[in-house]
Amino acid sequence: MDKPVEWVYTDIVKDHFANPRNVLSDEASYKEDGKGIVGNIKCGDQMMMAIKVDKRGIITDCKWKTFGCASAIASTSILSEKVKGMKVEDAYNISPKDIAAELGGLPEHKIHCSVLGDKALRAAIDDYYKRKGMPNKIKRNNEQIICQCMNVTDKEIENAVKEGARTYSALQEKTKSGTVCGKCKDRVISLLEEYSGRHYK
Amino acid sequence: MKDRNVYLDNNATTPLHPEVKKAISGLFDIYGNASSLHFFGRQAKSAIETARADMASFINADPDEIIFVGSGSEANNTVLNMLSCCSALCSSKYGGKRQIIVSDIEHPCVIETSKCMGQKGMTVARAGVQRSGKIDIGRLKDMINENTVLVSIMMANNEIGTIQDIKSISDITHRNGALLHTDAVQAVGKLPVDVKELGVDFLSFSAHKIYGPKGIGALYARSKAPFCPFIRGGHQEKGRRAGTENTIGIIGMAAAIACRRNEMAQEARRLTRLKQRLKDFIKDNIDDISFNGHPEDCLPGTLNVSFKAAEGEAVMLYLDMEGIAVSTGSACASGSLEPSHVLLAIGMEAEDAHGAIRFSLGRETTDEDIDYVIERLPAVIKKVRGMSSSYFKKG
Ligand code: FES
Repeated sequence: MDKPVEWVYTDIVKDHFANPRNVLSDEASYKEDGKGIVGNIKCGDQMMMAIKVDKRGIITDCKWKTFGCASAIASTSILSEKVKGMKVEDAYNISPKDIAAELGGLPEHKIHCSVLGDKALRAAIDDYYKRKGMPNKIKRNNEQIICQCMNVTDKEIENAVKEGARTYSALQEKTKSGTVCGKCKDRVISLLEEYSGRHYK
Repeated sequence: MKDRNVYLDNNATTPLHPEVKKAISGLFDIYGNASSLHFFGRQAKSAIETARADMASFINADPDEIIFVGSGSEANNTVLNMLSCCSALCSSKYGGKRQIIVSDIEHPCVIETSKCMGQKGMTVARAGVQRSGKIDIGRLKDMINENTVLVSIMMANNEIGTIQDIKSISDITHRNGALLHTDAVQAVGKLPVDVKELGVDFLSFSAHKIYGPKGIGALYARSKAPFCPFIRGGHQEKGRRAGTENTIGIIGMAAAIACRRNEMAQEARRLTRLKQRLKDFIKDNIDDISFNGHPEDCLPGTLNVSFKAAEGEAVMLYLDMEGIAVSTGSACASGSLEPSHVLLAIGMEAEDAHGAIRFSLGRETTDEDIDYVIERLPAVIKKVRGMSSSYFKKG
């Protein structure tokens, strides 16, 4: 009767989901050096990440909390392990692809959930730079989140346009912007026009 | 971790009733095509007609008013699609009326089809619901007019279990000269259904929600109501649905319905009691919850609960690890990123909709199953809330 039936998720995802590492249990007394919150609960996921950084700029601890699904939990759990001992600069460059790879892959429609941990980490590092008086280090300084639901920035939209997305639906497909509540549609379209003008005329 | 398997997803589908298994396992030798005139064909034909008569009497219809189809979704598609048929013959049947009304909490097979009708030039109006999931009858009255050709409102909702007052809706509909369709996939076999008393023109139902086989459903079409086939090209079902009859499915469905005749009333009482146990436990032992759906007019085995700040897919999968199968209104589980349209329609915040869990009990659910859920559920909710970025316990 009880044959093992395949999960949609890999064993690594399952393990990190069953036993999430580094969950922040006592937020009030945790003395972080940087903290970031991204996502939108209305869209079904939100992520908070907090880091401690030593004098040499090495991440010594990383803790998180989320209102998110299994892939958000698992990807953040694995990310929080990975960044410990890393230099902030290096941690800054971890991409969602790296995380998905560590997890042994994620189902296509779940990739966006894993993006959250990575964005929360960068938000935490930005916060750390700010607190340390090094705002010039913030790479996303000029970037702006356009689509709240999917955490898509203007930079990402510009890149997608450069890579050939010339219609709203192509953009949606590439960046996933505007695919949830749709509130960002007008802004995305006006950026699409702006960037198409800039890069194609 | 898991000590037993507890299946509480009976609104999604149900296990076969042992009697149904018995009824269909003897059937694999009846392979004749019911359209053939020889002995093999006649054998299949007569089995199908017996099944049709049994099923018809269960809902107080005439046998000729029952059309076998491939699923509840097909039954629903058939009804909506016939209205946009443009042939002169068809349009004259509907007197040129162009408006259809569907509720906000219909199954996607009705909502999506109605959108398609909209693109084909029909006017589609959406009847809203109240917090309990009941149709706002006053608003429905305002919406319906002489241009309305069809009103389609489900009898019992699959997610929250709310049961509509179809009788009053049919009165309003008929007073305005429109037709009434009800998707009764969750109702037939769980509640008493009498098509004459309800006054419906079309009613869809399905076998696999009531311990019958998958891939078979039926559409009741009142003999006086207009009809236009959705699947054409065969004289089967009196020309109303082409395609060789699914003999095994049809007989399996009739067997399932025969079982419902005997078991339905008693089971409804039993499930109501089991559900109440689970509900009371949750109310008394878990904070920050709310129950969704109508408190009384609700399917006996359906319990829909929102656990604040606990994301539904995570809860569902932790329960799965404990061996407990439920479903969720969370977007993440469906892959659509949108939380359940039913929960949004009753006025829930998206955040709460993402944290909704549906327990749907069935004939195999026991007291021991509920004991087990009661034992495991609090820890799961605690775990998910413990890592939730949006849960702050007061005090
Ligand atoms: S902000 Fe909701 S989809 Fe873009």
